[in-house]
Amino acid sequence: MAIARERLYLRRRLFNACSLLLSGAAALFGLFWLAWILWTTVSKGLDAMSLQLFTGMTPPPGTESGGLKNAIVGSLMLSGLAVLLGAPVGIAAGTWLAEFARDSRLGGIVRFVNDILLSAPSIVLGLFVYTLVVRPGGGFSGYAGAIAMAFIVLPVVVRTTDEMLKLVPGQMREAALSLGIPQWKVTTQVLYRAALPGIVTGVLLALARISGETAPLLFTAFNNQYWSTDMSGAMPNLPVTIFQFAMSPFEHWNRLAWAGAFLITVFVLAVSMGARFLLLRKKIRHD
Amino acid sequence: MTELSLPLTAPAPRAEAAAAPAPVKLAARGLGFHYGDYAALRNIDLEVPEKRVTALIGPSGCGKSTLLRIFNRIYSIYPGQRASGEVLLDGENVLDPKYPLNRLRSKVGMVFQKPVPFPMSIYDNIAWGIGHHEKLSRAGMDERVEAALRQAALWDEVKDKLKQNALGLSGGQQQRLCIARAVALRPEVILFDEPTSALDPIATGRIEQLISELKQHYTILIVTHNMQQAARCSDYTAFMYLGELVEHGATATLFTRPSKRQTEDYITGRFG
Repeated sequence: MAIARERLYLRRRLFNACSLLLSGAAALFGLFWLAWILWTTVSKGLDAMSLQLFTGMTPPPGTESGGLKNAIVGSLMLSGLAVLLGAPVGIAAGTWLAEFARDSRLGGIVRFVNDILLSAPSIVLGLFVYTLVVRPGGGFSGYAGAIAMAFIVLPVVVRTTDEMLKLVPGQMREAALSLGIPQWKVTTQVLYRAALPGIVTGVLLALARISGETAPLLFTAFNNQYWSTDMSGAMPNLPVTIFQFAMSPFEHWNRLAWAGAFLITVFVLAVSMGARFLLLRKKIRHD
Repeated sequence: MTELSLPLTAPAPRAEAAAAPAPVKLAARGLGFHYGDYAALRNIDLEVPEKRVTALIGPSGCGKSTLLRIFNRIYSIYPGQRASGEVLLDGENVLDPKYPLNRLRSKVGMVFQKPVPFPMSIYDNIAWGIGHHEKLSRAGMDERVEAALRQAALWDEVKDKLKQNALGLSGGQQQRLCIARAVALRPEVILFDEPTSALDPIATGRIEQLISELKQHYTILIVTHNMQQAARCSDYTAFMYLGELVEHGATATLFTRPSKRQTEDYITGRFG
């Protein structure tokens, strides 16, 4: 009896060790490629870093000068407008889901459709906006680009707002409602305050998500090799510039593409860290 | 509302208070309650006398919290929960859909099991509710907030940090803040749902003392798991079992000479 138990115990320990080893190896396998990509981006990107990157315009082929100023500014404008368009609608929809339709059938359907939108290929969203805005509007425009990216922002923000509001304890809702205050006021003045770090995190993650998106811009904002802040025309932007410059045979263009990739990586990293910081602070305050 | 401006009289001794007939403030008549298809309460008749403390006792799941949550219709935020019968507040049926919900809740305040301060400053926790129901000047609001905090015996501990986040208070202080928040609206009835079950004995003692002070101004209904607590701070006690009201009477009588066998079994610890 004792021997049988001993053997069972040994078998479990062996099984545990094997599982641990395999899952550790799987994690390493994933991290290896990530580290490689990051290393290449950082080393090649740092090589191409210079002040001119932020002051010069995207150069024509054959010149050895120029930078990415127009693409950087264009990307910031496009992403900014996309968040401005997508986030308020997303927060409103997420609020409706969490506070007014939590267990309803309609809410369930909307949540499901939102999850589909969340995983929709971004090029499809680009084509959608192309048919809806670019074709009838008579040409590529920054607005169309921002709208296409807003469709990426929207489901991310809906989902996080919904989840974050659901995390607010039910007792807080009851306590606020028991003061005889209407639900809209309870939601906007108490529950939002409790869920704010989470909601802002969702918006930041959506911003990080769109800042590297190329596909939805190809058919909408297109690109522009000149300085342009006019959003009703084709807009310069980093991802499409990287795409074009990386595919080109010119070495200087290739270097600029690496620099652009590096800039986006750093931006995404900074935004994600900002989001983590916000959530962490919230946790500390609650414990 | 006018009671507050009356000069404070010394509280009557409990036995006398229980003996003296008080007008009925709140009453349940043939009250039933369903969670979906499950009948949680059946045919409850209960009269809650004005400016007295009435305790609801009974084993877990007997429906005492459910009953409490009907009186300010807080249950109605959840789909599938419905009450039948009547609840009369000053003779008006508050379960009537025509009775304005938010007016009911401003008259019938509630304090919950777990203290839940809002994520804002101590001052704003109190002022937020008042600001919705009344438009007051800055000085007027300051006065009301101070009065509420004093009534909840919290003023001396927080007067120097009114602008600080309420989440920084201790559990007992948070619960007194929640009481202050309820009192600040000058309700007529205050419902307490196991208000001390998350607190240590010292904080519990302070809340119990507070409850006996608050009954000078308010009609109080308290749900408790703790029979000693019911005996200590209530004038009347109602014993509930399996969704029914078994016995209701003066606390001293119910605990010494219960008329029903089930009540006797419960208070002597034979079940529950």
